[in-house]
Amino acid sequence: MNIHEHQGKEILAKYGVATLKGVMTTTASGAREAVETIGGDGPWVVKAQIHAGGRGKAGGVKLVKSAAEAEEFAGSLLGKALVTHQTGPEGRVVRRIFVEQGCNIDRELYLGLTLDRATSLVTAIASAEGGVEIEEVAAKTPEKILREPIRPEIGCQGFQGRKLGKALGLPAKSLGKFAKFLSALYDAYVATDASLVEINPLVLTKEGDLIALDAKMGFDDNALYRHPDVRELRDPDEEDPREQQAQEYDLSYIALDGSIGCMVNGAGLAMATMDIVKLAGAEPANFLDVGGGADAKKVAAAFRIILADTSVKAVLINIFGGIMRCDVLAEGVVQAASEMKLTVPVVCRLEGTNVEEGRKILADSGLNIITASDMADAAKKVVEASK
Amino acid sequence: MSILVGKDTKVVTQGITGSTGQFHTRTCKEYGTQMVAGVTPGKGGGDFEGIPIYDTVGEAREATGCNASVIYVPPPFAADAIMEAADAGVELVICITEGIPVLDMVKVKRFLADKETRLVGPNCPGVITPGECKIGIMPGYIHQAGKIGVVSRSGTLTYEAVHQLTQLGIGQSTCVGIGGDPVNGTGFIDVLELYNADPDTEGVIMIGEIGGTAEEEAADYVKREMKKPVAGFIAGQTAPKGKRMGHAGAIISGGKGTAADKMEAMKAAGIKVAASPADLGVTLKEAMGG
Repeated sequence: MNIHEHQGKEILAKYGVATLKGVMTTTASGAREAVETIGGDGPWVVKAQIHAGGRGKAGGVKLVKSAAEAEEFAGSLLGKALVTHQTGPEGRVVRRIFVEQGCNIDRELYLGLTLDRATSLVTAIASAEGGVEIEEVAAKTPEKILREPIRPEIGCQGFQGRKLGKALGLPAKSLGKFAKFLSALYDAYVATDASLVEINPLVLTKEGDLIALDAKMGFDDNALYRHPDVRELRDPDEEDPREQQAQEYDLSYIALDGSIGCMVNGAGLAMATMDIVKLAGAEPANFLDVGGGADAKKVAAAFRIILADTSVKAVLINIFGGIMRCDVLAEGVVQAASEMKLTVPVVCRLEGTNVEEGRKILADSGLNIITASDMADAAKKVVEASK
Repeated sequence: MSILVGKDTKVVTQGITGSTGQFHTRTCKEYGTQMVAGVTPGKGGGDFEGIPIYDTVGEAREATGCNASVIYVPPPFAADAIMEAADAGVELVICITEGIPVLDMVKVKRFLADKETRLVGPNCPGVITPGECKIGIMPGYIHQAGKIGVVSRSGTLTYEAVHQLTQLGIGQSTCVGIGGDPVNGTGFIDVLELYNADPDTEGVIMIGEIGGTAEEEAADYVKREMKKPVAGFIAGQTAPKGKRMGHAGAIISGGKGTAADKMEAMKAAGIKVAASPADLGVTLKEAMGG
């Protein structure tokens, strides 16, 4: 789960990460008031809040010199789609604006925390090249990326921050501040079960302070049960409505661009099914794992979500019943198909537990369901049927 | 022979009083596995269909000599259950539970560092040596005893591979699901080492998926050390970047962990890579020399 910059900063500030004074608003006049609330001589920064990076380059961030200018710029952003390299061509509609105090930037750095899968340790990643995408730095100049693994039993130690700070070329008087910043960032990461915290840029001000100018936070979905406050930060406007609907039924669904709807049990098999659709000459419309213990109701919900996608030209059901019984699956499909008019062909490949019963239910249903003998056969048939 | 589990494996089920634990304990017992004990804190002294229940893994081990544990405990308590089993000295811990918070597993890894216990999983189907011992949630009947090892990050895709092998008349020595989480116990290389040393395993199917670099590292091991033919497959060739594909660990992040990179590394290591998941069995057959 991801959150907005302003929400991330609010969390980080609670753990002692240095941020600037800022106000979130959803109206242009709110942006004017925000400047007045923050006060000072300016300039201030007005930022579009969407769940995507590259906002600055896309024209979603502006330094303003007055409250009137803040209002004007906020007004020009709100309600319009902002297209960045991460949003896709359709962009994301801006619904929230964050107004922040300005600062005297001396240098821009990168600092992030995430799990290093190779060592199974949360690891700090830093680079002297701030404001640039870390992936880009990693690809072009991997030697400029510094890593510092943190042991969960002892937490982030001061020397680790000072070591990183020194390697980043920070002035001596800022090393202690950097160590404190990193330690606070790690505390926030652990306390909220984050999966990613990215401060890009982290700025060194002319006064020698270190401040999070931007903040990106992602959280471990599996740990949200123990963070109801974080869960509340979810912004439904930033999520695909079909993915949200799937979540309600505890289905794992991801919308894609193709025309073949896929319903599969198991994440690996679901990915493999997408792959074989592509090999057969079409593109998958979605990833959908109904899970191991799905009942007829859940299967029916999954089927409805797939059919609601107007770009779906044919549906492929690929089930290898282990815990999940094929007869239960078949019942769910029949239930959903009889509730709504089936306008696209459905190809079904069943294997595993109670497969004969499942096939019989489908055959007796009177529904126009094409059966397939194996995965390759199913992929071939569904692609043909979609044409 | 086989790896990890066999006729002498005695299993304790942690979370034996939950519906999942009960269902699979029964199924594994029916398959012929020695299910000797169950643990549910607070339910000690009772039994489940004749299998004695204890409050702690330590008691279960002392009373029954169990040398393997299988965990069906819900995610909030699963990390604790793994550590309890390791503390009790259980040699092999297989954690089926899906949805354990990553930071819980980070701690578990540190806890296990100085223990003898081997962890398989979490978020995995388990381990089976066909005809001898089934620990986990895989459908037993699709397997056939034989000489091919199957190791995989995915559950149902493992069943698919096993099914294809059995259809071709090729049996399996031991099938190991290492799980779909970003932090897990036993990895590909650990299992490949065991297969390499097992006289009754003659070839291996290795099934990976997008996310992380475990497949690349395993390919490197195969290139350096493996004496037996290996066939492989990577799921997620069509997966978009930055999206978690069901498994917590199946995500292409920062341009790393793509199927293309993994397949490339595997091919470079001499692994026969199936382009299609429908060809897992035949690709293994080819790798074995037809």
